[in-house]
Amino acid sequence: MEILRFIATRAALGVLTLIAVSLLLYLGTQLLPGDVASALLGQSATPEALAVLRAKLGLNVPAWLRYLHWLWGVLHGNLGTSLTSGTPIASALMPRLANTLFLAGYAAIIAVPLAVGLGILAAIREGGILDRVSTMLSLATISFPEFFVSYILIVVFASQLGWLPSLATVYDGMGFWDRVDATTLPALTLVLVVVAHMLRMTRTSTLAVMSAPYVETAFLKGLSRSQVVLGHALPNALGPIIAVVALNLAYLVVGVVVVEVVFVYPGVGQLMVDAVSKRDLPTVQACGLVFAIAFIGLNTLADILAALANPRLRGRRGR
Amino acid sequence: MKIGGHKVPVTAYIGALIVLLALIAILFAPWVAPYPQTKIVGGVWDPPNAHDLLGTDSIGRDMLSRLIFGGRTSVTIALVATTLTMIIGIGLGFLAVATNKIVDNILSRIIDVMLAMPILIFALMVFAVLGTSIPIMIITISTLESTRVFRLARAVAMNITVLDYVQVARLRGEGVGWVIFREILPNALPPLIAEFGLRFCFTFLFIASLSFLGLGIQPPAADWGSMVHDNAQAISFGGYAPLFPAGAIALVTIGVNLIVDWLLSIHALPSGTGAEV
Repeated sequence: MEILRFIATRAALGVLTLIAVSLLLYLGTQLLPGDVASALLGQSATPEALAVLRAKLGLNVPAWLRYLHWLWGVLHGNLGTSLTSGTPIASALMPRLANTLFLAGYAAIIAVPLAVGLGILAAIREGGILDRVSTMLSLATISFPEFFVSYILIVVFASQLGWLPSLATVYDGMGFWDRVDATTLPALTLVLVVVAHMLRMTRTSTLAVMSAPYVETAFLKGLSRSQVVLGHALPNALGPIIAVVALNLAYLVVGVVVVEVVFVYPGVGQLMVDAVSKRDLPTVQACGLVFAIAFIGLNTLADILAALANPRLRGRRGR
Repeated sequence: MKIGGHKVPVTAYIGALIVLLALIAILFAPWVAPYPQTKIVGGVWDPPNAHDLLGTDSIGRDMLSRLIFGGRTSVTIALVATTLTMIIGIGLGFLAVATNKIVDNILSRIIDVMLAMPILIFALMVFAVLGTSIPIMIITISTLESTRVFRLARAVAMNITVLDYVQVARLRGEGVGWVIFREILPNALPPLIAEFGLRFCFTFLFIASLSFLGLGIQPPAADWGSMVHDNAQAISFGGYAPLFPAGAIALVTIGVNLIVDWLLSIHALPSGTGAEV
């Protein structure tokens, strides 16, 4: 029952964080000088025009009331109306959300087994070639901007070899495998961006367990290094590894913004960047909320899964 | 060679060399660059040749010269933003420790919420309201990123503030300012310097990404991120133009990271801690 209580507490904390972030996303913009009306009309707007537009957009209502109204709408699937196109945001956002989830999922399916597998291998042969290569690789991936990785991949696989398309064009009714083909390069970019960090952390978590007394006992009774790692160290390192994986998947959420723009992929990230340059605040808020849900959701899930994998974590993490 | 009793690894030398060369190139840009940055010297996206070592850009300007001048903008803005980040973050972090529990709790809870979201998402929200300009960008990034510095500064100060000499200073009746600047700061410097390097890498990449998205530095000013943005189309025509500014960003970041890795190893912190959202 202890574990159920932990899950409930952690989930409640996640919801609370989400509410706090949504408050910040909605009301934080009110603290800044200028509002949607002045953003839309520009600096040369007359006070009368501003007043009319403010009334039309309902900006004269107190901010907290507008927040509650917005939150109520969001809970009922109504994300508001786009300022630039005048259409409901939800209808523009939903297909794009599906696209983004497809891309992130594709990247995750490749990145997670690859990183965890190689991380464990690196831990088995500590100081080996794989270990040293992964150290250099992780330095490279934290130093390379996403667009640099993207363009290298485009030059090699699209321009030189001609294996894959350089733009990720997708449309409704596109076949599954065509879609996979179109999104392979952006997915590979995301894989490269997260894989090294995930690998290093998997290795570190596994090695951290390796200094425990029971691991020493396992060595002393004559087991080989790989037997010790797989049979004794890994089960106990699983909790931290799951946490690391979820953390990096949350990182995909951010990486996806730049990658979508590079490959002109119609996802939420691109929608958000477009909306920012058009100063379409309601759309930006809706996209921000989607990213917040994904990010906080993954972090909460990480904590819960880590606790499930390792009962000793209960209580210690549940602040 | 040893600095402060620690052997300096080869990688740190390579890092220092990269950073030094980049600094010389951008400090002495007018003398180093082969052409003025606005001069049109060739066709659109000429491939690298004897006249233009890295080819030309989207309107026929010399890529190498543009890179050298653009580096000025990129590095300067990142340095200013990082410095501001550190000042705000360290200031608030030390304040939380040096004053009382209530201030500490309020600051920590607000910052917990900020930490629950990637900086990029918050920054995009601010730009949607305020538009994009260099001062707005610097202030936004510094404010958001200082929440990350706050945690470290607070933890470091926490360890120092329980030491005898700080207690003595407090009992002596010194004010908050004295405790922060004369007691805590000098002793917290080493880890904070490493943090400065990490933050610089993050800020540098972050501003480059914003400029690449067309939301950072606006024309006529050019930085490496916006140069990638402007030359992105070349890829569709089989050119390599955006790879040069993107590579320059990567190279400088690697250089700083190599130095930071060495600084971190002195304080026994794991490498790669800079990978953060």
